[in-house]
Amino acid sequence: MSTEILTVDGLKKHFVIGYEGTINRRPIKVKAVDGINFGLQEGETFGLVGESGSGKSTIAYITVGMYQPTEGKMYFRGEDLFAGNLERPLPLRKEIQIVFQDPGSSLNPRRTIRQILELPLRIHRPKEDPLHEVMRLLDMVELPIEYMHKYPQMLSGGEKQIIAIARALATNPSLIILDEPTSALDVSVQGKVINLLLRLQRELGLTYLFITHDLSLMRNVASRVGIMYLGKICEVAEASQFFQDPQHPYTRMLLSSIPVVSEEEEAAKPEKIESTGEIPSPVNVPAGCSFHTRCPHVMDICKHVDPVMVDTSPGHMARCHLFEQPAELIAPFFVEHGDAVAQT
Amino acid sequence: MTEPLLDIKDLYVQFEVYGGRLEVLDGVNFRVGTGEKIGLVGETGCGKTTTMKAILRILPEPPAVIPRGEITFKGRDVLKMNSAELSKVRGRGISMIFQDPTAALNPVFTIGQQFEPVIRYSSPQNRRLSRREIREKAIVSLQEVALADPERLLDSYPLQLSGGMRQRVCIGMALATHPELLIADEPGTSLDVTIQDQVLRLLRELVEEKHTSVILITHTLGVVRETADRVYVMYAGNMVEVAPTPKLFANPLHPYTQGLMQAVPKLTGGGVAHGIPGRIPDYLSPPSGCRFHTRCPHVMDICRREKPPFFSVDGGHQVACFLYDKSPEARRDEAVAA
Repeated sequence: MSTEILTVDGLKKHFVIGYEGTINRRPIKVKAVDGINFGLQEGETFGLVGESGSGKSTIAYITVGMYQPTEGKMYFRGEDLFAGNLERPLPLRKEIQIVFQDPGSSLNPRRTIRQILELPLRIHRPKEDPLHEVMRLLDMVELPIEYMHKYPQMLSGGEKQIIAIARALATNPSLIILDEPTSALDVSVQGKVINLLLRLQRELGLTYLFITHDLSLMRNVASRVGIMYLGKICEVAEASQFFQDPQHPYTRMLLSSIPVVSEEEEAAKPEKIESTGEIPSPVNVPAGCSFHTRCPHVMDICKHVDPVMVDTSPGHMARCHLFEQPAELIAPFFVEHGDAVAQT
Repeated sequence: MTEPLLDIKDLYVQFEVYGGRLEVLDGVNFRVGTGEKIGLVGETGCGKTTTMKAILRILPEPPAVIPRGEITFKGRDVLKMNSAELSKVRGRGISMIFQDPTAALNPVFTIGQQFEPVIRYSSPQNRRLSRREIREKAIVSLQEVALADPERLLDSYPLQLSGGMRQRVCIGMALATHPELLIADEPGTSLDVTIQDQVLRLLRELVEEKHTSVILITHTLGVVRETADRVYVMYAGNMVEVAPTPKLFANPLHPYTQGLMQAVPKLTGGGVAHGIPGRIPDYLSPPSGCRFHTRCPHVMDICRREKPPFFSVDGGHQVACFLYDKSPEARRDEAVAA
């Protein structure tokens, strides 16, 4: 039985973007992440998928400690990552690293590759010979050793991202957060970067939190998948099961919208659900289930009561009123609206 | 085949830069028939957008230089037009939708204010229209792109709209002039999957209804498969393959197209292919002969010496690769080699 390396419990992150009212000033909040639970198993690749503004990156940034959560807890191997609101201790920081989406802006253009890779080494592993380690890192990611004298702008997009991966590896982490690592790259380069990541995972026993909006890519790299919509997770499942039998209406809409390149793939997609409506603004999240404005199966209860995660089959969870919800959650609604609604 | 709407013959575009000339477009041939939906695929930096900008003559000249070539739109060469003639082609003849709707709309003017000149200068009759008449036309255009509450939209600023709505406004604006050719430069790339699906569906419906020809530029092969009738594949300033969409996806011929297809992660699983080794060549000193020879798994001697012309394989499927050269000389060479 594998153990959980990262546990996320009721995580919330609200950003205050302004105030309304003159006398009773109330903050206007963006609920970027609004009550999220999930766990990462040691050595797995957990894929987090969602449209822009769904809060994927906010989760990434909270995990590496760039943001403090508004509410909720996050544990790394049982250790509270935000204990006492103190700055995260070095040994813990070393364990969790991140690769950003755009390698063009995540590498300092005025530093050579050697300087870029030496910085984490000097902070986290001061006793080791940095030059030797830089050479080892470049070798690990299959780049020529001469590259350490180059500047980022001399490299192609794919090579820059590989340097960003090497930098994340410099501290010998056990968990790496990949925040859309290939979405800025061409497909012809994407394969190289992804295969490098998979090889490194095998060799070093890494755990990945893989964030992307590309479901086809996710199908090929993730062991488990979580789908996000407006700050909440709406479905979690094993990757193979998820693609065979998606449960949540949003997930089915998402899967049926993917443009694919072959007939076999077309056959593997769920029945076409025409996508309608706009993604609501995260400042003004609809009441009840946040997807009800676009859902083809919308019921009355969806507009009032936000569903919770329920098991639809072992290891497969969805958050939707189509699946039986706990009685204490839906009972008040039916009492209020009478039995007429319950029958529809 | 009848006279094509747009016909590009042997187009070269170069950029004067410090240290030499970037030879970007290297003899591009491209044609769009009336009412046809064309897909143009290729990696970043392969010259897709440069080609389109050359058609509209919106490349900054200098540094851009067009030493050779012909761009015939409705029987007239765009490269020989003066600015008055060009302004008739732009908008009325050819409209363009850009990749990023946020950058394409001016943030300090309302949608209505941006719509007005588009409609006013789209035809001589429209010049004399009153503000209210123009507004009514704008409302019709917004309704066509399935936007609710167009009255209120016209008084909104771009930042008040979502990405999908902005892109639909751009499509509405591009179609408001009733162009004969619509160039859509990665119209869905900056949008989310479900929203991209909506926008592309809308675009397909509109162009079919209005019989507009479309050039859809993208680097997402799946999008092309769902939208285009015929696909051009571009690599490093050259067209390398052209075929009707079903043929291209069933049987890609050029090694570059094959590599590209394999590199796309599949929804059915099966892992991620390694992609195409190497990278797009430097345009300052592009490789001799076939520009793909530095990355090609089937490279032959002739590829390094000569630039491959288009070889017809069957029914409109053409490929610029010596592997498909079935001329008598090529067969003799093969026999000698064997």
